[in-house]
Amino acid sequence: MSETVISAKDVTRTFMISAGAFRGKKPLHAVNGVSLDVERGEVLALVGESGCGKTTFAKMLLGLLPPTEGTIEFGGTPVAEIERLKLAKMVQPIFQDPYSSLNPRKSIGSIITLPLKVQGDPNPATWRRRAEEMMELVGLPPRLFENFPNQLSGGQRQRVAIARALINRPEVVICDEPTSALDVSVQSQILNLLQDLRKELNLTYIVISHNLAVVEHIATRVAVMYLGRIVEQKDTASLFDNPEHPYTKALLESVLTPDPSLGVPDTHLGAAYPNPVDPPPGCTFNPRCARVMDHCSVIEPKRIPSGSGFVQCHLYDENEGRGRAAS
Amino acid sequence: MSERILEVENLTVDIPVGGGMLHAVQGISFHVDKGETLCIVGESGCGKSLTSLAVMDLLPKKAIRGADKLELGGEDILNAGERRMSDIRGNTMGMIFQEPMTSLNPAYTIGNQMEEALRRHRNVSTREARDRAIFLLEKVGITAAESRLSQYPHQLSGGLRQRVMIAMTLMCGPNLIIADEPTTALDVTIQAQILLLLAELQREFEMGLILITHDLGVVARIADRVAVMYAGQVVEQGTADQVFNRPTHPYTQGLLDCIPIPGKTERNKPLGSIPGIVPSLVGPFHACHFAERCQYAFGECVKGDIDMRPAVEDGHEYRCLLDPETCRANAQKRGVA
Repeated sequence: MSETVISAKDVTRTFMISAGAFRGKKPLHAVNGVSLDVERGEVLALVGESGCGKTTFAKMLLGLLPPTEGTIEFGGTPVAEIERLKLAKMVQPIFQDPYSSLNPRKSIGSIITLPLKVQGDPNPATWRRRAEEMMELVGLPPRLFENFPNQLSGGQRQRVAIARALINRPEVVICDEPTSALDVSVQSQILNLLQDLRKELNLTYIVISHNLAVVEHIATRVAVMYLGRIVEQKDTASLFDNPEHPYTKALLESVLTPDPSLGVPDTHLGAAYPNPVDPPPGCTFNPRCARVMDHCSVIEPKRIPSGSGFVQCHLYDENEGRGRAAS
Repeated sequence: MSERILEVENLTVDIPVGGGMLHAVQGISFHVDKGETLCIVGESGCGKSLTSLAVMDLLPKKAIRGADKLELGGEDILNAGERRMSDIRGNTMGMIFQEPMTSLNPAYTIGNQMEEALRRHRNVSTREARDRAIFLLEKVGITAAESRLSQYPHQLSGGLRQRVMIAMTLMCGPNLIIADEPTTALDVTIQAQILLLLAELQREFEMGLILITHDLGVVARIADRVAVMYAGQVVEQGTADQVFNRPTHPYTQGLLDCIPIPGKTERNKPLGSIPGIVPSLVGPFHACHFAERCQYAFGECVKGDIDMRPAVEDGHEYRCLLDPETCRANAQKRGVA
């Protein structure tokens, strides 16, 4: 029986954006009614273009931003009621750019032991040993303990960031584009490491990425986000084998596999990404959709159960959308 | 015979650093024909960007460039002066960089910058320059082109900015475009659109294109010929079909083994990886650059410089002591051929 670690219900985060001098502020719904359950031990991937709200959502899961509406529960307790330190012990982030996420003036050792210090760990005498064990676990030679980040390569820095995230044995690790700043040969090393650590430490990952090939490889479940909403969510195999939402299809088509017999794909995503302050009415994807219908720009699509997840699109809504549009 | 646009022979770039001389680019030779796309692919620090800067004569001041031959459309540009080079850059040779926000001037309108690009090199009226700018903006798929001319770069999205950059590069009708990671800063969906656009424009205007990238997926889809670089050297060169379907150099094979491919790579199975890191290029280095990380390395590999040698097919070359048959067998064993 699977156990729900994180449960988000109708989470919305609104930012007030200045519309220009002497004009009022306008709301921008960065995350708009997202409901999501994360089960223990799974790898949930959030994919979507930049500006779709993936990182805002992750920040809310980390407790760095309170949701405007809706609730996020962590093991049954609302995040807002969990003490900050306690939350930090349960969920830890790994960021995209290991060049900017490590303090250049701190040694590797003090970077990795900082979480222990912050948590007021009772045995300072064991910190160094535990940090060195963790370094070994993530594939860093312990002799780098006294070194500084600028003496390390990009892959090694990302390993330091992973060691720092794991030193307090969190339950959930949120990886925000963990490999997109790295070279391919290093990317595969880090992906393999993340996979090994998950099995070894029984971790739950939430992976945010725009690289669908990476997502396909490591995720067990995928949620596709578009303009602050999840438009399709399924287990990895069925999403990649049978994508339903036209946006998911377009995303999958734009993955460039190294096959010279195929040309550059035409995704038919004509128009540019819409202005999130002023989203299109109805289904927010309708201006770019290849299979748009009349009522798409009028009625908001509902979640339609499909396989192990759901899709939010009028194409799969047999009675509702069409019926109402006709009347 | 097809028309040769750019010919580079034995290009080197050396940069003096604290501990000696950094040999960033070590004797690279390549050529680009009319209407052809050459992709230079490699990981960060392999010298691919310096190669392109060396061709444009835009290297940092302290870097030292050397070559046996550097010809653009038959003209020697190795010994051309700065004045001649600035006539060539933006005119017969266009450039597109990675981050369009940093290559566009935030203080001038799109129209201003596009018109300037043409008026710097051609004796035309503002009116004519403006018409050409509108024509090209439409060509690169920008709607309401006329009104865009009065906009500033910050008012456009990343994809639109890169389209503007491309349109600006085309203002003088260059023979050669050098694009350094043109889609790296963009979303995957926009990346596909920009690549498609580049490929179409290149066909239409019959330009030569040098595309520099680290993304093997991009290379496979757009390249006619590919040069794989590692630690300052080209380690494999050939047509896209040869390099991707019959990779010969152990490094190329390793790279292809590293990337997860939907539908091909097994989920939850570890990906292939290349252990170790790129060697330091400071000081003299006479050995195979990849030997330290190569699973097939043997004693001879570190006893001297390794030369490029022909593979089985015409035009396919690689830099390795192993014979083509052994390499082929290795590739099949690793599942990348």
